[in-house]
Amino acid sequence: MKRVGVFICHCGSNIAGAVDCEKVAENAKSFPGVAFSTDYKYMCSEPGQELIKKAIKDHKLDRIVVASCSPRMHEPTFRRCLESGGLNAYLLEMANIREHCSWVHPDDKEKATWKATELVRMAVAKVLKNEPLQRSTIPITKRALVIGGGIAGIQAALDIANAGHIVDIVEKEPSIGGKMAQIDKTFPTLDCSACILTPKMVEAANHPNINLITYSEIENVEGYVGNFDVTIRKKARSVDMTLCTGCGTCMQKCPTKVPSEFEMLMTDRRAIYTPFPQAIPNKPVIDRKNCRYFTTGKCRVCEKICPTKAVDYTQEDELVTQRYGAIVVATGFDLFDHSVYGEYGYGKYKDVITGLHFERLINASGPTMGKIKRPSDGKVPKDVVFIKCVGSRDEAKGKAYCSKTCCMYTAKHATLVREKIKDSNVYVFYMDVRTPGKGYDEFYTRTTDQFGAKYIRGRVSKIYEKGDKLIVRGEDTLLGRPVEVEADMVVLATAMVAQPDAAKLAQMVGFSYDQDNFYTEAHPKLAPVETHTAGVFLAGACQGPKDIPESVAQASAAAAKACGLLSKEEMPTEPIVSCVNEAICAGCGMCVPVCPYKALDLKVIQERAHGKTITRKVATVNSGLCQGCGACTVACRSAALNLKHFTNEQILAEVDALCL
Amino acid sequence: MEKIELTKALAQGQQMLAEVTHESGGVRASKCYQCGKCSAGCPVAFAMDKTPREIMRLLQLGLMEEALKSHTIWLCASCDTCSTRCPREVDIAKVMETLRIIAKKKGYVAEKKLDQFHDLFLKSVERNGRVYEMGLVLGRNILGMQPFKDVELSPAMLLKGKLALLPHTIKDNGEVKKIFANVRKRGGKV
Amino acid sequence: MKYAYYPGCSLSSTGIEYDMSTRKVAKALGVELWEIPEWNCCGASSAHLTDHLLALALPARNLAIAEEQGLDMAIPCAACYVRTKATEVEVKSSEEMQKTISEVIERKYTGQSRARALLDVFVNDVGLDSINALVHKPLKGLKVVSYYGCLLVRPPKYGFDDPEDPQSMDKLVEALGATPVDWAFKTECCSGAHAIAKSEVGLPMIEKILAAAKESGADCIATACPLCMCNLDMRQGQAGSKFGRSYNLPVFYFTELMGIALGIKPEELGVNKHFVDASGIIKKLNEAEGRRETA
Repeated sequence: MKRVGVFICHCGSNIAGAVDCEKVAENAKSFPGVAFSTDYKYMCSEPGQELIKKAIKDHKLDRIVVASCSPRMHEPTFRRCLESGGLNAYLLEMANIREHCSWVHPDDKEKATWKATELVRMAVAKVLKNEPLQRSTIPITKRALVIGGGIAGIQAALDIANAGHIVDIVEKEPSIGGKMAQIDKTFPTLDCSACILTPKMVEAANHPNINLITYSEIENVEGYVGNFDVTIRKKARSVDMTLCTGCGTCMQKCPTKVPSEFEMLMTDRRAIYTPFPQAIPNKPVIDRKNCRYFTTGKCRVCEKICPTKAVDYTQEDELVTQRYGAIVVATGFDLFDHSVYGEYGYGKYKDVITGLHFERLINASGPTMGKIKRPSDGKVPKDVVFIKCVGSRDEAKGKAYCSKTCCMYTAKHATLVREKIKDSNVYVFYMDVRTPGKGYDEFYTRTTDQFGAKYIRGRVSKIYEKGDKLIVRGEDTLLGRPVEVEADMVVLATAMVAQPDAAKLAQMVGFSYDQDNFYTEAHPKLAPVETHTAGVFLAGACQGPKDIPESVAQASAAAAKACGLLSKEEMPTEPIVSCVNEAICAGCGMCVPVCPYKALDLKVIQERAHGKTITRKVATVNSGLCQGCGACTVACRSAALNLKHFTNEQILAEVDALCL
Repeated sequence: MEKIELTKALAQGQQMLAEVTHESGGVRASKCYQCGKCSAGCPVAFAMDKTPREIMRLLQLGLMEEALKSHTIWLCASCDTCSTRCPREVDIAKVMETLRIIAKKKGYVAEKKLDQFHDLFLKSVERNGRVYEMGLVLGRNILGMQPFKDVELSPAMLLKGKLALLPHTIKDNGEVKKIFANVRKRGGKV
Repeated sequence: MKYAYYPGCSLSSTGIEYDMSTRKVAKALGVELWEIPEWNCCGASSAHLTDHLLALALPARNLAIAEEQGLDMAIPCAACYVRTKATEVEVKSSEEMQKTISEVIERKYTGQSRARALLDVFVNDVGLDSINALVHKPLKGLKVVSYYGCLLVRPPKYGFDDPEDPQSMDKLVEALGATPVDWAFKTECCSGAHAIAKSEVGLPMIEKILAAAKESGADCIATACPLCMCNLDMRQGQAGSKFGRSYNLPVFYFTELMGIALGIKPEELGVNKHFVDASGIIKKLNEAEGRRETA
């Protein structure tokens, strides 16, 4: 006789506020197989877990139902609890009466209580059919991959490398450095961005445990935690890295000028180039789309001029495959394209620029050598308008979220304008000033008080050109009156958005992303750097808008998680995998293409039937690859495939409990 | 400046706010986050006693009477610039229109001349099926105690064949009259 | 190409030249306009601001008549267009609304017949290439600012063109051989009926648009709305004298410019009915044409 124990959690008032937990526990006592039922304020707490362990002993329970929050939250907790109480961890079943019940039905206690009872009834029916399952172990490859070579990727790689593990950084641009390399000064200290970034770039390049794989992209990812097989496309640089000394002569002599992406198209680079003078590696690549030789077949100037004969036009993209134990994704962000705003000129006004343009304009090595000059005519602007929340907090034309960094970098920009142009006037149109962070609000206060920036609370409705001025129309919502500024330059604090190929990478690696294509952490509070895919961790703005300190902190956290994984020799695997009943498998192969993890295949078996030996095909599951999604069991027409812990029999028992 | 008793205002304003949401086909003033983009772009804001944003704020706090008595709701030209640009996708122009209809029902007409114009216009439509523009201009100016304000324009208009002296009508205006009658039957205040 | 033509009240009085030019140009382009018999006023902003149901019902009668003929409506006046479009969209959006409207107008309208702006019909149905092919007298050297007003392109969900920086009239003007001039006031409101009922509010709004047009360096303004025309043309003198300026900026309906380019006599288009004398522009165009012919 099976003896089920039922434990109903109040979750403080989270569940008990909408569900009569005592009544649910009382109702459960009558369910078939239930030997004990009770409720408690916090089942996940130490006393709660002790309660379960004691009940297992006192009432000789052999399987347990916990009705509480989502299993995503505390299933591992209660499994451990069962194990220390002497039961197999898989003889636990959870009924989610918080997310699936109390939180969605806060206003009708009677019905919510009924629903909770039914959810528990189903869990009891299922747990009666549960089987004990055993975990096995897999070896771990002691090498980490960091995707993205911005500040987050560099920091994560350094931390992992310093812990003694080998790390590869894959960066799609010819140099590491990311967006931080484009930034002039950092808030709230106004120290030079390059001065704190470039030493880290050098450290990464020189670290014996770090390999830089620049100008490269991820082509394919297979495998699973501990053993990811990653194919990397090394784009043809057209320059032999072993021969090139980085002397830069080729870049001087190249006849083709191309607008520099690094300088926000405000000045030119050559077709053979490094993105910026402090690039790492400081060896150029040929931009084949614009190179005269590659487009017309004539030129070869760089080849002729190169003293070490490093230029190689015949290079081709190279695909390399490497096995990694852990992956840190640090692919960063992109900037919102403000050309969707017709009221701001659809991006056609030259002197309406973004914050990143402004960073290059004030940078000593930028296109204007650090002198603030407006793009249209090179004049020094006197009246400068900053507009915050362009594309942020705008459901209609942009993103609903706050981009978090703009308040501070706009305050920084405003300060710098007032510092560099003594007779300037600075107007900042804002909706809220959000400056939580160490020293942040003090910085903002100085911007208005000491530097005299005029903050105007209101969103700008229209910008238009009038002569060589830009007319900016807003409302001072604190006065309740329309205002107009005749500006020389307008700087838009455009939103931070996900990289354009963010979704593609997530699908390739196999983790989830949100409606804005930012990568989703496993838990917003308790697992902020993990993804739902074991062994894949997140760092920096690919997970959501972040400033530099936050990105660096998250990178170190992701590194710690990766190191935790890499420090083990082997790791336990989840036993919830599919299995095949070969006796009834028809060998149709429907399951093979359905499996997203390539865990299913067909094999040939021999068997005796009616005195003869016959051979036939049946499905087979690679339990190392299977992630337990269950797609194959749905595709299987003869019900030969079953997912352990979610077998057809177990699921039907739940359905019967609810419907019969 | 007069103090606002928020508790009282909110209690009294709830029902009216619900009416505005209902009458406007679901426009929720609570969505507004007071950025002022509507008022910054409003071409008539210069003539208003409250900016459109302030009207939205009055609604949020339940100060309905104040909104209904404002000149703003009458001065709105229904150009839809605000609704087109609102980052919260609030149809502000629709709210102005709804408030005006409610204000008229309650007898609050802050802009009598504009209201008379619309009344005259619709009278002409009901009577003739179409608008009789000369009659409209004259009627409005007489009612507004400014007879022949557009007198400088009238002779030129006549000369250019732009003003008809006789009302334009459609032969059988029964159908249009019926439309007005049917709208009234359904509670329309026309 | 056949449409149910809805001139609307203004086009038989203040906007008579819009009606004259529309009919002439449509004929030249081979567009058949079947005037809705016994059409009624759309209710304009007066109905819109007085009663929601009345505002939807008045245009519905015209749409119902068009629907009986299986025709879409072609509407020159921007105000009539947006009110009629609103009815079409509402009726399409719910069966309940369709039922209510049909009961009020005592006719059947299902949303089949669509409200189309005349500008949309000419630019997108007839097409710029076909129009360009029929141009006899290109408007060479004529700098035109296109003034769309507020109702033609808003709300954006009705729109056939961009609500902030529309292009269709600019492209049309270009197809006629003129030079479209970009400016920031394409969709600023001209104050509509405020100019009649409350001129202290209306005139400053009109003045802003005229000033911007003048500053852009344009020779004239093109418009698609009789109320905009009234305000910019008829009240140009009033607005100017109130602010101590003289603009002398002729205003044309886009159909008039089309007619001139297609070789139709300006008087037949009603160009002589403008308040701001446009004969200077006509003369200049003729002289340029003459020079081209002798050359």
